[in-house]
Amino acid sequence: MLFWTTIKLALRSLAANKLRTLLTMLGMIIGVGSVITMLALGHGMQQQVLSNISAMGKNLLAVHPKWTGTNGVINATRENLTVGDARALLRDVPQIRRVTPVLGQREQVTYLNKNTNCEVVGCATTLLVVRNYTIAKGRMFNHFETRLESHVAVLGPETAYDLFGVLNPIGQTINIAGNQFEVIGILKSKGSRGWFNPDNQILIPYTTGMDQIFGRFYLDHIDMQMAGKANVEKVLNECISVLRRRHHLLFGDPSDFHIFSQEQLLQTVSRVTETLTLFLGAVAGISLLVGGIGIMNIMLVTVTERTREIGVRKAIGACNSDILRQFMLEAVLVSVLGGALGAAMGVALSHFIHFQKFVAQVQTSNVVIAMSIAAGIGIFFGYYPAWRAAQLNPIEALRYE
Amino acid sequence: MRPVELMTHTTPEPARLQSRAGAVAAAAGPGLIRTHNVVKRYLVGGTEVRALDGVTLTIHEGELVAITGSSGSGKSTLMNILGCLDSPDSGDYFIAGEDVSKLKSDQLARIRNRRIGFVFQSFNLLPRLSSVENVELPLLYAGRHHAAAKAREALEIVGLGDRLDHEPNQLSGGQRQRVAIARAIVTDPAIILADEPTGNLDSRSGDEILKLFETLHQQGRTILIVTHDPDIAAFCPREINMRDGKVLRDGAPAAGLTAHGGD
Ligand SMILES: Nc1ncnc2c1ncn2[C@@H]1O[C@H](COP(=O)(O)OP(=O)(O)O)[C@@H](O)[C@H]1O
Ligand SMILES: [Mg+2]
Repeated sequence: MLFWTTIKLALRSLAANKLRTLLTMLGMIIGVGSVITMLALGHGMQQQVLSNISAMGKNLLAVHPKWTGTNGVINATRENLTVGDARALLRDVPQIRRVTPVLGQREQVTYLNKNTNCEVVGCATTLLVVRNYTIAKGRMFNHFETRLESHVAVLGPETAYDLFGVLNPIGQTINIAGNQFEVIGILKSKGSRGWFNPDNQILIPYTTGMDQIFGRFYLDHIDMQMAGKANVEKVLNECISVLRRRHHLLFGDPSDFHIFSQEQLLQTVSRVTETLTLFLGAVAGISLLVGGIGIMNIMLVTVTERTREIGVRKAIGACNSDILRQFMLEAVLVSVLGGALGAAMGVALSHFIHFQKFVAQVQTSNVVIAMSIAAGIGIFFGYYPAWRAAQLNPIEALRYE
Repeated sequence: MRPVELMTHTTPEPARLQSRAGAVAAAAGPGLIRTHNVVKRYLVGGTEVRALDGVTLTIHEGELVAITGSSGSGKSTLMNILGCLDSPDSGDYFIAGEDVSKLKSDQLARIRNRRIGFVFQSFNLLPRLSSVENVELPLLYAGRHHAAAKAREALEIVGLGDRLDHEPNQLSGGQRQRVAIARAIVTDPAIILADEPTGNLDSRSGDEILKLFETLHQQGRTILIVTHDPDIAAFCPREINMRDGKVLRDGAPAAGLTAHGGD
């Protein structure tokens, strides 16, 4: 039989039973829709986390003191990272290009009658490059200002707005914990959300911070930038041995610090989020399976109901393969139409979710895959009912009431 | 009754085998449809029932034949085998010289499609398809072109040129049977098989259907009509009367015996 005629007849028998067809399709609509939405959510989440990590810098390594604690409760952070450590890392590990000590805490900051509470970060000039910040206005403090413990500050854009509104802050004097600082620059907004808002902070020379504001010499962390093509594993090992030597650790002693590498973090996070995405997709995929079983169920009923029709078709010359094709086609059409509607719903739902503070990114490949799976399910679950129809004995089928 | 029947019709095997070669040659000879010793058995509750018990027939091109007999005499079973819906357990069956008694199901489907036209008692049109779509269906399964045009032509022949787009439930019983007849003739088959075609119709529609069959017969078509109505049988030039799966009498209709001078 001609292909288009078969399709036309299949469409017609689907149209003849609209409600039933719709109910059968519902399984596929929900299945494909939820698979696409879940994959979009997972992918969106992954992209957001990865871009947050990427925004932290380029080829970034960070040394933190190891937390001490019992049963997962943090008691104290060790006070063991020094500016000497930072210098040694820069000097002794050739692949380390830039280093900045970092220490900070929240402080009360005022300008005239305005005041705000924000993170004040003591660091070196290099922080700008290591952490991938850009200056929007003015300039960053330089090495001389660091060495001279100058009272200069670079403001995050939100902090600047909180204190100055639309006024130009450059050259103005602000008060940080009772000390006068001259504002010399404003950072460009990074806009990344999460546990730390880089737009609401004040950078000052670490020397000034240690002596005048924080009153301590231990660092919160040391941030480093590697050469672009460095072998992360090798650099990490070199850093570890430099620090262990400086901390007088004997062979077998546990290290009293951690080194995070941005690249390893990216890999771990993308692995974890990928697994999570797959898991979400698989859970949604179960509804696809249920939809497939629904198709099989309805097709079996349809075949029984249309036994006489099958008998007539065979009497006037339909081969077994004609009958098989007809019922397979109906099953596949239901699943593919359901899949298409489900894909549309999934895309719509993903967009809706995207505007609700979540990030959901639909990938075209996922839509194609979900619809192919829908067609595959139609073929798989449609085969047995169609085979039953094709095997019917024409005489018995014609006699069926 | 049954044991007696079984004994009377048990031919000694060697004799059957000896006569077989000659019989096959005879069955393959002239005549549009030839059967030789066709047997169809059914097992009902452990007992063998011979629905057809050695039927030998020849039907020539252009004949209009009535098949009569009481209920259970094997008429429908014979129609199923002649219509290639079923294969005989033993015996030979030739359509236009071609042996069709040992074909597989898809080959039988092909024969049904090209050489047989069925007309059923209960019409058996596909619901929700228009007259034209019902009639073109056999052509579509044959993969033939211009199916719609040929279907329209066939509907004109049966007098339904003005009901092309009606669906079966918009037609009267007589009109539905006409659509079924159009579907049977659209492939220009060797033979038209009608199993009690007027059984579900009132007498006026039934008469019209019979007239239609007569017209088709006059145009040279070969038609077999199963009926238990003596009037219909009398209307046909030849009557095959069956009983217990055997041909009891074959010739001019019983009602017309005196007029035609017997067989
Ligand atoms: N599928 C079947 N299974 C068992 N017995 C059958 C079957 N078909 C027909 N028969 C038997 O074969 C005999 C002839 O049946 P049938 O050809 O339908 O008779 P008719 O059409 O002349 O009334 C009957 O005894 C019937 O019971
Ligand atoms: Mg019958």
